[in-house]
Amino acid sequence: MATYDVIFLGGGPAGYVGAIRASQLGLSAAVIEREALGGTCVLWGCIPAKALLESAGLAEKLKKAKEHGITLDGVHLDFGPAMKRSRAVSTQNSKGVEFLFKKWKVAWIKGTGRLAGGKRVAVKGADGKEETHEAKKAVVISTGSRVKGLPQAGLELNKTTVVSSDEVLIAEKAPKTMAVVGAGAVGCEFADVFAAFGTKVTIVEVMDRLLPIEDADCSAELGKAFKKRGIEQLLGAKITKADVRPNGVTLHVESGGQKHTLEVEQVLVAAGRAPNVEGIGLKEAGVQLTDRGFIKVNQRLETTTPGIYAIGDVAGPPMLAHKGSREGHVVAEIIAGAPYHPVNYGNIPSATYCHPEVASIGLTEAQCKEQKLDYKIGKFPFSANGRARTSGETDGFVKIIRGAKHGEILGAHLVGPHVTELLHELVVARENEFTVEEIDLAVHAHPTLSEAVAEAVLDSMGKMLHA
Amino acid sequence: MATKVVMEALSPTMEEGRLVKWVAAEGSAVKPGDVLAEVETDKAVMELVARAEGVLRTQLLAEGATAAVGTLLGVIAGADEDIAALIGGAAAAKPAATAPAPAAPSAAATPAAAPPAAILPTALPTALPTALPTALPTALPTALPAAAVPAAATPAGKVRSSPLARRLAADKGVDLAAIAGTGPNGRVIRRDIEAAPAGGTAAAAPRAPAAVAPPAGPDVVDVPLTQMRKTIARRLSESIGPIPTFYLTAELDLTRVQQLRASMAALGPEHKVSVNDVLLKAVALALVEHPEVNAHWLGDRIRRFARVHLGMAVATDDGLIVPVLADAHARRMTDLSRDAKRLAGLARERKLTPEQYSGATFSVSNLGMFGIDQFTAIINPPEVAILAVGAVETKPVHEAGAWVPRDVMRVTLSCDHRAIDGAVGARFLQTVRRYVENPLLLA
Repeated sequence: MATYDVIFLGGGPAGYVGAIRASQLGLSAAVIEREALGGTCVLWGCIPAKALLESAGLAEKLKKAKEHGITLDGVHLDFGPAMKRSRAVSTQNSKGVEFLFKKWKVAWIKGTGRLAGGKRVAVKGADGKEETHEAKKAVVISTGSRVKGLPQAGLELNKTTVVSSDEVLIAEKAPKTMAVVGAGAVGCEFADVFAAFGTKVTIVEVMDRLLPIEDADCSAELGKAFKKRGIEQLLGAKITKADVRPNGVTLHVESGGQKHTLEVEQVLVAAGRAPNVEGIGLKEAGVQLTDRGFIKVNQRLETTTPGIYAIGDVAGPPMLAHKGSREGHVVAEIIAGAPYHPVNYGNIPSATYCHPEVASIGLTEAQCKEQKLDYKIGKFPFSANGRARTSGETDGFVKIIRGAKHGEILGAHLVGPHVTELLHELVVARENEFTVEEIDLAVHAHPTLSEAVAEAVLDSMGKMLHA
Repeated sequence: MATKVVMEALSPTMEEGRLVKWVAAEGSAVKPGDVLAEVETDKAVMELVARAEGVLRTQLLAEGATAAVGTLLGVIAGADEDIAALIGGAAAAKPAATAPAPAAPSAAATPAAAPPAAILPTALPTALPTALPTALPTALPTALPAAAVPAAATPAGKVRSSPLARRLAADKGVDLAAIAGTGPNGRVIRRDIEAAPAGGTAAAAPRAPAAVAPPAGPDVVDVPLTQMRKTIARRLSESIGPIPTFYLTAELDLTRVQQLRASMAALGPEHKVSVNDVLLKAVALALVEHPEVNAHWLGDRIRRFARVHLGMAVATDDGLIVPVLADAHARRMTDLSRDAKRLAGLARERKLTPEQYSGATFSVSNLGMFGIDQFTAIINPPEVAILAVGAVETKPVHEAGAWVPRDVMRVTLSCDHRAIDGAVGARFLQTVRRYVENPLLLA
C-alpha cells in the first residue's frame, strides 16, 4: 500500500502526460497500467497506424519510380514485414514512455486498477494479488476507449473475419478483399494501407461522404483521390444483412438507391470506439456518466465526485490523443493548484494521415452557414504550388474561412501532402487570435508547401497571386 | 540617439493632457517602459512611459500644466548629448497613436501604449466596503490566471492585445488601454472587448451590470477591471490601511426637517428640497464652525480650509465618483439641490470634468435610497473625515410619556485620528444635529 499525491488510472497519452506534468510540478505521481505504457495511441492506434501508412505511402510512391530514373525489377508487397516494423516502432515509443517515467520519477504500477472508495485505488496484478494505493490529492481516470463492433448490423467482432483495428495492426498478411465499415479517420487510413498492399477495398459509410465530420470539400477531394486508386466507396449506405462465415463475409448493402452484394475475406469495423467505463467502480464512487456514455466532467475536468477527475477518451469527444494529452497537462496543474489555461476545445486540430492527408481546425463551411456567420473563403490548389509539383503530390488544396469583417480565421481545411504539419501555422494563429492579415505579413519560404497556406489566405482577402 | 518625449494620445478621444506630476526626475536614467510622468486625460490619470533608453534630460512642462497631444514634454538622450536642436525647434512630434488603425498589423510594435495605473485625482469614491460587484465571487484561489494580472508598464514591442482584439476595439470604440486583459499574461483578447462597454458618450443603460465577460466555461466569471474600479481599489486600500479611523454615529430627528420641506414644497416645485439637500447644507455650515474637520492630512501638517467644497458620492454603473459642490457653505439650499442633481446626472453620463470632481474638503456618502440604515464609509484621502448617511426611518420615540412616531436618520462620521480626536468629531456631529433638528438655523 503506497501513497501518492496523484494516481492515474491508465497510462495512455492522457494519463502518462498528466503524470509527468504532475511530477514536474512537484507532486508524487503513479500510473496504473496493465499493458505496456503509451495506451491506444502508442500500442493500438496512432503510432503503429502511421508506421503502416508510411509503408503504404512508399509502396504507392514506388509505382512512379521509373519517372525518377529508378528501375525496379518488379515490386513485391508483403504486409507482414510492414506490420512487424510498425510493432517495433510501437515498442520503441512505449519504451520511451518508460524512460520518461524513470526520468520524472513517476511510478508505474502494473495491473488492472479500479476505484476503491475515497481516493483509493485497488490494483490487481498479473499474479491475481490485489493491492490498494491511496492518493493524497486526487485520482484521475484515464482509462481511454476500446474498439467496438456493429452488432446492430450483424457485425460483432470475431477477430477473424469481422475485425477491428486491434486485429489488423498485427495481421500477418493483407487480405485479398476487404470491406471497411466506417469512413472516419480510422477507416480511411486503413483503407489506404490495405489498398496500397494490394487488397481490393470497399468503404461502406452510412453518411453521404468520407470523413463526415470534416469540411465537405475535403471529403470530396479525398473521395476523388481514393476513387482514382480503385478504392470503392458505398456512401449513404445501409447494411441490410451481414452473412458472417468462417472464411469470409457477405454484406448486403443499399446505397445510392441500389442494392450491392459484397463478398469479402474480411470486414474491418471502424465505426467508433467505446469509452472504458466498466469494471472500475464508477457507480460505487458516485461518478456519473453523460447520456452518451462518457464520464461526466466539469470545466475543471472534475467528475461528479470531488477528488476524482477524468481525462482523455473516457471523458468525451473529441477522442484524440492530443486532446487527452492537453487535458492531462491541465488536470495536473489544477490538482497542483498552479495557474492554468483551460483547454481550448474550440482550437483542437484534426488530422487524418491517409494519402492525401486531411487536416483541419475550427469551423467547417457548413457550420459557418448554420451559425449565420459573415464569412469569406480563400482556396488554393496544390497543383499550382511549386513545391508540390517537385514531389509530384499535387492533389488537394488549402481552404481558409475568414470572418468577413475583421478577418479572424474561422476555420482552415487542408487536403494534400504533409498538411497535418502545415496546419500548425493556422493552429498557432487561431490560438493567438491572429487574423488573416498577420499570416499574410509573415514571409513564407520558397519553395514550400506552406506557400499554399499563404496564397489561400490571400485569396480569402481577394488578392490571390499565384492562381 | 536622442528621443523626444511627447504628450501622447493615451486614449482615442484625448486631445490634451494635464501633467499631474513628473515621476522620473530630470537627469535620471530611464529605460523603455519606465514611468516618466502621470498625465491626466479626459477620462483618467494615465502613465506616460519612456520609449527609449537614456537620461531624461529636460522636463519642459511644469506639473499642473496642460498641453495638447503632440507637445514636446522632454528629451531622453545620452548624458552629454547635445539636445539644443531638439528643444529649440519644439515642433510637435507626431503623437504615438495608441488606438490601433484597423488595417495596421504593425501595431504589434506599438501596442496600446501607456497601460494605465490610473488614479482619479483627489475626490474619490467614498465608497462602501460592500461595494464589490457581485459578479466577481466564485473566483477560487486556483482560478484562471485570467483573473487579470493588471498589466504593468509594457516594454515597447510586447504584444498586450491580440490583433483581433485591436480590430474589434477600434470598431467598437473601446479604449484598449483601459481594459485589463484576460488572455495569457494579461493580454487583451476578443472576449474582453466583447464584454467591454462601448466607448463614446452613450450613457450606460440603467442597472446594466458592469462588464461580465462570456467565460470560457460556465463555472467562473471574471470581470475585467474598469479604470474606475482599479482606481477605487488602489485609493481606498491606501486609505483604510494606514489611516487610524474611528466611527461616530448619531441618530438625527428629522421631524422639523420634514415640516420645513413640506412648507417649501407648498411654495412651488422650484422650492422642493430633499432630506439630503438639507443635510448637505447643515454639514456645510457645521464645517465652517469646525475647521478641524474641514481639513486635509498632508503628512507633515494639517491644512484647514475656510471654504467648504462638499464632495457628494454618486453611484454610476462603472463605480463611485464624487463630484464636488463648491462653496457649499455659501449657497442656498435650493441652489445646492439643483447643482447636486446636475452633477449627479453628469457623473452618470461620465461627463464630469476633472475640475468637477476635484478639490473636495469633506465628503458625504448617502446609501439611504438603498434602504441601508447605517454604514461606515471609507475616508477619501487627503480628507480627514467622511459622513455616511443612512435611510430615513419612522421609529417610535418616547416623548412626554407616550410613544410617538418620528422620522429619524442615522449618520456615521468616519474620522482620521491623526487629525481629529474623538471629542472633535463628536462636537462636529453635535453641530450637525443642531442644524438638522433646528433647520430654521440654516437660514
